[in-house]
Amino acid sequence: MLSYVIRRLIQAAIVMLVVAFVSFSMFTFAGDPVNNMVGQEASQEDRELLRERLGLNDPFIVQFGRFVVNAVQGQFGLSYQLQRPVEDLIAERMPATLELVAVSAVLALAVGIPFGVMCGINRDGWFSRTLLTVSLVGVSLPTFVIGIFMIYLFSVTWGLLPSFGRGPTVDLGWWSTGFLTTGGWLALIMPSITLSLFQTTLILRLVRAEMLEVMRTDYIKFGRARGLSNKAINFGHALRNTLVPVITIAGLNIGSLIAFSIITETVFNWPGMGLLFIKAVEFADVPIMAAYLVMVAFVFVVINLVVDLLYFAVDPRLKIDTGAAVGRLS
Amino acid sequence: MKMTSYALGFGLAVASATAGLTATSADAKPLRWASQGDALTLDPHAQNEGPTSTMISQMYDSLILRDAELKKIPGLATSWSAVEPSVWEFKLREGVTFHEGQPFTADDVVFSFNRALSETSDFKNYVNSIEEVKKVDDFTVRITTKGPNPILPDQITSIRIMDEEWSREHGVEKPQDYASQEETFAVRNTNGTGPFILTQRDPGIETKLKVNDGWWGWGVTDPKTNVTEVTYTPVANASTRVAALLSGEVDYVLDPPLQDLKRIDAQPNLKVEQINQIRTIFYGLDVGADQLRNSSVTGKNPFQDPKVREAMYKAIDVEAIKAKTMRGLSFPAGIITSPGVHGFTEDLDARLPYDVDAARSLLAEAGYPDGFEIHLDCPNNRSNNDEAICQATVGMLAQIGIKANLNARPKSIHFKALQNKESDFYMLGWGVPTLDSHYVFSYLGASDGSWNFTNFSDARLDELTDAMEVETDSAKRDAMIAEAWDILKASNVYLPLHHQVIAWGLNADLELPIVPNDSPALRMAMWK
Repeated sequence: MLSYVIRRLIQAAIVMLVVAFVSFSMFTFAGDPVNNMVGQEASQEDRELLRERLGLNDPFIVQFGRFVVNAVQGQFGLSYQLQRPVEDLIAERMPATLELVAVSAVLALAVGIPFGVMCGINRDGWFSRTLLTVSLVGVSLPTFVIGIFMIYLFSVTWGLLPSFGRGPTVDLGWWSTGFLTTGGWLALIMPSITLSLFQTTLILRLVRAEMLEVMRTDYIKFGRARGLSNKAINFGHALRNTLVPVITIAGLNIGSLIAFSIITETVFNWPGMGLLFIKAVEFADVPIMAAYLVMVAFVFVVINLVVDLLYFAVDPRLKIDTGAAVGRLS
Repeated sequence: MKMTSYALGFGLAVASATAGLTATSADAKPLRWASQGDALTLDPHAQNEGPTSTMISQMYDSLILRDAELKKIPGLATSWSAVEPSVWEFKLREGVTFHEGQPFTADDVVFSFNRALSETSDFKNYVNSIEEVKKVDDFTVRITTKGPNPILPDQITSIRIMDEEWSREHGVEKPQDYASQEETFAVRNTNGTGPFILTQRDPGIETKLKVNDGWWGWGVTDPKTNVTEVTYTPVANASTRVAALLSGEVDYVLDPPLQDLKRIDAQPNLKVEQINQIRTIFYGLDVGADQLRNSSVTGKNPFQDPKVREAMYKAIDVEAIKAKTMRGLSFPAGIITSPGVHGFTEDLDARLPYDVDAARSLLAEAGYPDGFEIHLDCPNNRSNNDEAICQATVGMLAQIGIKANLNARPKSIHFKALQNKESDFYMLGWGVPTLDSHYVFSYLGASDGSWNFTNFSDARLDELTDAMEVETDSAKRDAMIAEAWDILKASNVYLPLHHQVIAWGLNADLELPIVPNDSPALRMAMWK
């Protein structure tokens, strides 16, 4: 177990370094930040001076080395556009994104799993068929279309929900939360539904497919023969055994919810990290882009690690030491 | 223990929120507005950028302000005059205090100008003609320039005045330096003399101001506004911005997309205001290179032939661009500067007629009866519909046999390519903050102009550009400007397209004069 974790950590560090290198080398194509930082009147000398001060004239490898050394210490430099430390900016924006992602993930699981089970058990019912058809819409419609459509319906036409922003927030000192105000919850409704729609349908379809698979197995038949109740079979035995792939997918999807909430955040002007990143790309604000990409990579690596460890809890077969397993096989 | 303290904090927050609501709802006249991009910083000398200057100008004053027609009016200076050809004297307003109570004196003016001149300032180019700023007495300042500078008053309308004492106290004697790792106090805190006071600043999320009841200008420059509180929210997505206006969550949107204007105007509780912007969109042709970088013509540069330039000009149907691409929201242009800029005349703004046949024969005379192939470089996120305009142009040039390959890229890449002199044929938009033609010639016309990527070089134009910078006799100077325009216009190295139109979407009950520099002065806002 311990060697497994250590091996995983070393792999994670290598992944992080590669991501940092790849993303950093892409920034040379993002354009010239200096033009965005000075007014159109600035002379060529001023631009050159600023470029020198920012270290943009150094060779790539020197810039990258400096970035890695600072990043390891948790420093990502000063944002070119906002003139504030990037780690502060990200820390300020993180609560908004994480709250949105948390609500979306809960929504996706709370809706996706029960309906998936239902469709799996009752595969030919009219309700299952309707649900599957509707879920196709969720998978295929792009997020921004759904978002804009909801805004026009619920904000512009009916005036029920706020069209943008997070609503009033309460500052807890280290975390600003929208969970403690009615306005905050109202503002969460549309963005979280928009963000979770794809995940919900994905989980629903996955659970359904796994259930269909499991329901055919011998131990379910045996359970029925023993006269166990439907509830015990469906939720106690069948669902439990469908959960391994669901955990993997749901875990990885939380990562992509964090990473790719960019579009939802832009449509609803949700003041999270995605919105910060989009602005940074337009401005060629390299410090923010670099920090964001490294952070997203970090989130994925951590989630992968957690998911791997969760397998141990769910699947008893993995608890057997791999070495012993090999020995027994031979 | 922790839980209770949070619960207590929450309780207090709710209590204060409800208390705030009841206290202000009776006479509060909030103004909620939105635009695409937030101010980058609140430091008045750190970023010379439109939205940043707009936000800062609500809290900080300059010596000279501008009214709704952009005419100069007394600000913190009550009067100014050139006492010698290169010395301007400013009489300062007495009895003005900063938001935190410090008195405004000549020392603050000297300090602020020196700050704007410092190395990390982004406003150096407005003040680099200044040799020295000297205090004469507490309410008189003299500015000595390196040579006569007739447009200094225009240039310094962008230089906001900070309090010396406050700046020293908070260690912000210099604008933010990017090389440092720390954020300075002035990035998120302000202490100006202006009509509004900052109450909350969450960069990129929300900014709140309250009216400064003691502002010196109420009843002097403008009637006292009945707006008590201003909330600004940057909303990056255009559709969301419009939705917020339609649903009544904001009262004013600075930059609604052109295609939504009709829809906004159709609402009974909303209105659209339009005006021509001080910003002209045009193409530039590199006439300096011996050979174009991307062209089927090798060994020579076809743009060097005036007939080719004229042919391209005549092949562009700017009325069609206006009708189709811009939905009627543009003013076709004959020169590369807009109405409102000193030196602009209606005669200059007349275009060469659109004439495809004439263009074809001009091209044939120049020796290119079958046309040629070139690259057109365009930004795709800088001006209204910029990429679409370029696409339309490609089709129009194809009619006379010129095959233009469109290269539309984000502005951060486009402008870099221009500055590296990598473009033969490019789109550019140009605004004129000083509202004087000299600005255009010094950047776009003169052979050493830093944005003259056409490499056009005319000895007489260079001479005129230098002369008009120091000429104090206005009749002589106007003649120079007129001659310079004739030279630049006749050269056709720039193919003018149109003056951009700005349109604001507003609540029908909100009076806010639209200004051609697209920078709303909220001190002029009034609820009906």
